[in-house]
Amino acid sequence: MNTSANQTLEALQGELRALYEQSGYAQYKMSKFEEYDLYVRNKDFLISDSVITFTDTNGKLMALKPDVTLSIIKNSGDALAATQKVYYNENVYRISKGTHTFKEILQSGLECMGEIDDYCIYEVLSLACRSLKCIGRPAVLDVSHLGIVAAVLDDFVLPNAVKAQIVKCIDEKNCHEIERICAENGIEKRGAERICSLVQLYGDPLDVIAKLRDLFADESDCTALTQLETMMNAFAGTELYEMLRLDFSVVSDMNYYNGFVFKGFVEGVPNSVLSGGQYDRLMQRLHRDFGAIGFALYLDELERLLLSDSGFDVDAVVLYDEGVSLAALSKALEELRKSGKSVCAQRKKPEKLRYAQLMKFENGEVKPLG
Amino acid sequence: MDNMLNIALPKGRLGEKAYALFERSGFECPSIKENNRKLIFENEACGVRYFWVKPSDVSIYVERGAADIGVVGKDILLEYEPDVYELLDLRMGKCRMAVAAKKGFHDDRRRTLTVATKFSHIAQSYYAALGRDIDIIHLNGSIELAPILGLSDVIVDIVETGTTLKENDLLPMETIVPISARLIANKAAFKFKNGQIETIAKRMQALLEEQA
Repeated sequence: MNTSANQTLEALQGELRALYEQSGYAQYKMSKFEEYDLYVRNKDFLISDSVITFTDTNGKLMALKPDVTLSIIKNSGDALAATQKVYYNENVYRISKGTHTFKEILQSGLECMGEIDDYCIYEVLSLACRSLKCIGRPAVLDVSHLGIVAAVLDDFVLPNAVKAQIVKCIDEKNCHEIERICAENGIEKRGAERICSLVQLYGDPLDVIAKLRDLFADESDCTALTQLETMMNAFAGTELYEMLRLDFSVVSDMNYYNGFVFKGFVEGVPNSVLSGGQYDRLMQRLHRDFGAIGFALYLDELERLLLSDSGFDVDAVVLYDEGVSLAALSKALEELRKSGKSVCAQRKKPEKLRYAQLMKFENGEVKPLG
Repeated sequence: MDNMLNIALPKGRLGEKAYALFERSGFECPSIKENNRKLIFENEACGVRYFWVKPSDVSIYVERGAADIGVVGKDILLEYEPDVYELLDLRMGKCRMAVAAKKGFHDDRRRTLTVATKFSHIAQSYYAALGRDIDIIHLNGSIELAPILGLSDVIVDIVETGTTLKENDLLPMETIVPISARLIANKAAFKFKNGQIETIAKRMQALLEEQA
């Protein structure tokens, strides 16, 4: 019987660790603290603005890590001899949307840094799919290519603030607002329709790519589309293809991300449980002349899903009296546990514990009560 | 997993109008029209389950996945910014978010403007964009009283016809944003119940275009 959510989470973490190590990713352990300065310089990259800070004994302003990726990049050095592949299993500290207070969040994820070629992207996308599969529920990985979104938006010369508004609407699949913003900013109706067509595309990757070809019919060459097609063709025919959907409303911050971006969903959890993408632009901002791709799996989002509540905290409660033979009691309990039952020994009937069976240890043996 | 599509409707006139649109789109649920105090109604044949919730709670039900889709005013979406898809402007429940003040009010820019509102986030964003220093007084109802009693200089509130303002000697000064009801969807539900959600959205869109 599995009564603890943590046991299940631990099992999942173990499966993920095996999955990543099998693909040659090495575990990356890190300290809980990081210099605050790293986050000040890259505040927009963080999911939440607030960071827990404290002054270290040497006077340096430190922070409890709100993010793992920035620390891995920081410690990667300026030049890599070979592509660095690491995975992590770490706590981060962020504001919880519901309570508006800080929360410890358990994250698993991986980063692939160096010369990012198509194989690296394929490997990370397939590990993202396999990570979702480990959860054991129907799952979907929504994939987008920011090069395609940029190609559609770059048709118009727009102030950054207006572009940001349109990107927000793309994230919301909000076509009526896109039409309004375009009309207010002098973009002809055809332009707005093109953005909306992109936003409304959703589903089987190769079906969507066929429709994208129509959308890009006037352009002789769209590198991003070719790259997307190559990637999806590589997945076609594999067991992972069924999990993939193309969805161009996945728009991570375009100041940091480029190329492939993706979000994972599992049935039964109302929001995305996995998020990732290529972040070459972040690498450039941190003065690294190589690329990177990675993802994070938010394990805290899975807690409720993984807690298989059988309705009982324990299979059996065994009551015993003072003065019984210690050896006989422990032997009887051990035998009961050997049968696969979880057993809680108590002197009195526990008030708040939920148990399937109440038993009593008497005359050297355990008998059901009532 | 339950294959029924869970739909959160706002209690009141707007919810009834929204339900009529669902009904015309082929997702009827006759039991919803029975005069009783039930909150949940379902029609297995159509695969839909409706429930009435407080209008400002619709987006919470949808964002948290208790409802797959819902109908909510744009005011609530702007105020709480839930992480949901905004699929359609239903062009009903039309009104506007506006700044109103007592007749003859003059905005003296040398001092902080006091703003009474239920919509603190919308008011803050609006005045931040104007670079105006303000003090927000968050109220939960009878906002119109605030300038009359000298609690605030202006109010930021929903204006439908303007009758309430007029009867209290207030005047709308600026429109912040037009408001109407929107069809929203939970992001995960959109993946796993995509066929049902897209069918509803497309049929509603067709009906709205016919109406226009």
